Amino acid sequence: MSEAVLRAENLCKRFGGLAAVNDVSLELHIGQVHALIGPNGAGKSTLTNLLSGDLPPTSGAIHYRDADQVGHELAGMHSDCIARFGIGRSYQKTNVFLPFSVFENCRLAAQSRQPRAWRIFRGADHYADVNALAERALAAVDLGARRDLLAAALSHGEQRQLEIAMCLATQPRVLLLDEPLAGMGRQESQTIIELIRRLAPDHAILLIEHDMDAVFAVAHCLTVMVNGEVIASGAPEEVRASPLVQQAYLGDEHGGRHG
Amino acid sequence: MRLRASSLVLLTVLLMLAVFPTVGEQYYVQLISKVMIMAIFAMSLDLLVGYTGLVSLGHAAFFGLAGYVLAKAAPQYEAANLWTTLPLALSVCAAFALLTGLLVLRTSGVYFIMVTLAFAQMLFFLFHDTPFGGGSDGVYIYAKPEIKLNWLGLAGNPINLENFKVFYEFVLALMAAAYLFLRRVLDSNFGRALIGIKTNEQRMRALGFPTFRYKLASYMLSGTLAGLAGYLAAMQFGFVSPEILGWHHSGGVLMMVILGGMGSLHGAALGAFVFILLQEALSNQAWFGAAAKHWQLALGLIIIAVALLLPRGLAGLAGVFSCKPREDEDE
Repeated sequence: MSEAVLRAENLCKRFGGLAAVNDVSLELHIGQVHALIGPNGAGKSTLTNLLSGDLPPTSGAIHYRDADQVGHELAGMHSDCIARFGIGRSYQKTNVFLPFSVFENCRLAAQSRQPRAWRIFRGADHYADVNALAERALAAVDLGARRDLLAAALSHGEQRQLEIAMCLATQPRVLLLDEPLAGMGRQESQTIIELIRRLAPDHAILLIEHDMDAVFAVAHCLTVMVNGEVIASGAPEEVRASPLVQQAYLGDEHGGRHG
Repeated sequence: MRLRASSLVLLTVLLMLAVFPTVGEQYYVQLISKVMIMAIFAMSLDLLVGYTGLVSLGHAAFFGLAGYVLAKAAPQYEAANLWTTLPLALSVCAAFALLTGLLVLRTSGVYFIMVTLAFAQMLFFLFHDTPFGGGSDGVYIYAKPEIKLNWLGLAGNPINLENFKVFYEFVLALMAAAYLFLRRVLDSNFGRALIGIKTNEQRMRALGFPTFRYKLASYMLSGTLAGLAGYLAAMQFGFVSPEILGWHHSGGVLMMVILGGMGSLHGAALGAFVFILLQEALSNQAWFGAAAKHWQLALGLIIIAVALLLPRGLAGLAGVFSCKPREDEDE
């Protein structure tokens, strides 16, 4: 297997006495969808926040290998630096710019990669490449028809789609998707699952998801977290068969729904 | 269509302002000059408050600093050269903004308000309590700076800013330039990023925007423009005192921005006009007799009423009367 593009080593995050993430190691590879599951409060979102730099880890390391195969240490870096390395994320709780149009949300996201931030006399709408990126991201999540609406006017599911489009518009190599399907209808979910499949060959994707059908449909690798710790990791079928996982997670809490 | 209509309104207002000195008495021409200077000041603060989401209670620091730079740099009994003293004043303001910005921008919300206030008060006491600053009596500027044209290869006398009508047109031109400049900046990538930061800074960072640098640039730009206003005010009154650095002044300009409508450039300018003209009218004894003494009470009540009834300030009035639905209202 190729060398990991993102490798977390012994990551810990403590909030006072609580270890939200405890000694977690994880690898992401280009071409792979790595699913992360676990009951609520297992520390999945906290782990995402550590990887994206939204939260600094208490201890541990995050190694990143960029497109030129140069290594970087991301632990302790600010989220904007990490994002500029090509690590994009979507939020579990919808986090879009509500007063802006759908298009402007994506345009702003695409603009973040332009080295022309300080040209203060040229109208922001006049960069054809940025506009094209934004349009493409909207088309990818099937929101092209809604481009001129305000983000606040979208349905909850559509806002979730926009959340992902914004992440795409920054052209990341690594995608950290925190419950992208939560709150989406069946058809919208299908669009996003297809999109993840399409992106997988040349992206490294971390997918946190409660929808087990979706997870098993796209994941190449599955990690299960409980109480801040990884209890199993490996090929999805193996993990599913693991008695420990059955007992701790799939069997108890979600077995009824998916069994 | 809407853009054209608003440009038309803007042009009409500027034209009316431009011809005002031909009909207005000297007192009113000078009053409107003062108002336009404060409009530049208010727009500069709006860049920070309304577009970057940083509420500063120390904006008068830049205003006063530029005034003091002019007072200090001007020769005692002859006119200073505007081509050198204005850039000097603006550079000092930009440098002060850079230095303080590196510190104050590490805070946010209430702490940002307090720290900006603290820096302004430090400057206030620097000029108030040291021989260098001239103390509480202030410093006089005996002649207005000159615009020497021979520098540009043009013959003729310097533009005579001592003439109140010429000075008025000069201020009007600068106010219009400041407005157009800010409008341009706000529509650029930089401006859009500022509005994004105001709306949701965490998301902007997750998208890869180095938000601190954007905020610092906005803070410096805002401080420099406030310096322009302060320079012009010192020029108009021929006098600077520590009061122009004080928190009363910072609070006043913040009220203008709130009155006119945060996040709207023409709103901020309108706020300055209404605020000062109301102040002028309410304290007019010929109109209000004994009640004129309590003009601050009346002004306060009006500001409270606007804040309660017009959350978008006076600039929001246009929205109240237009039939266009305001979709972003209910969030």
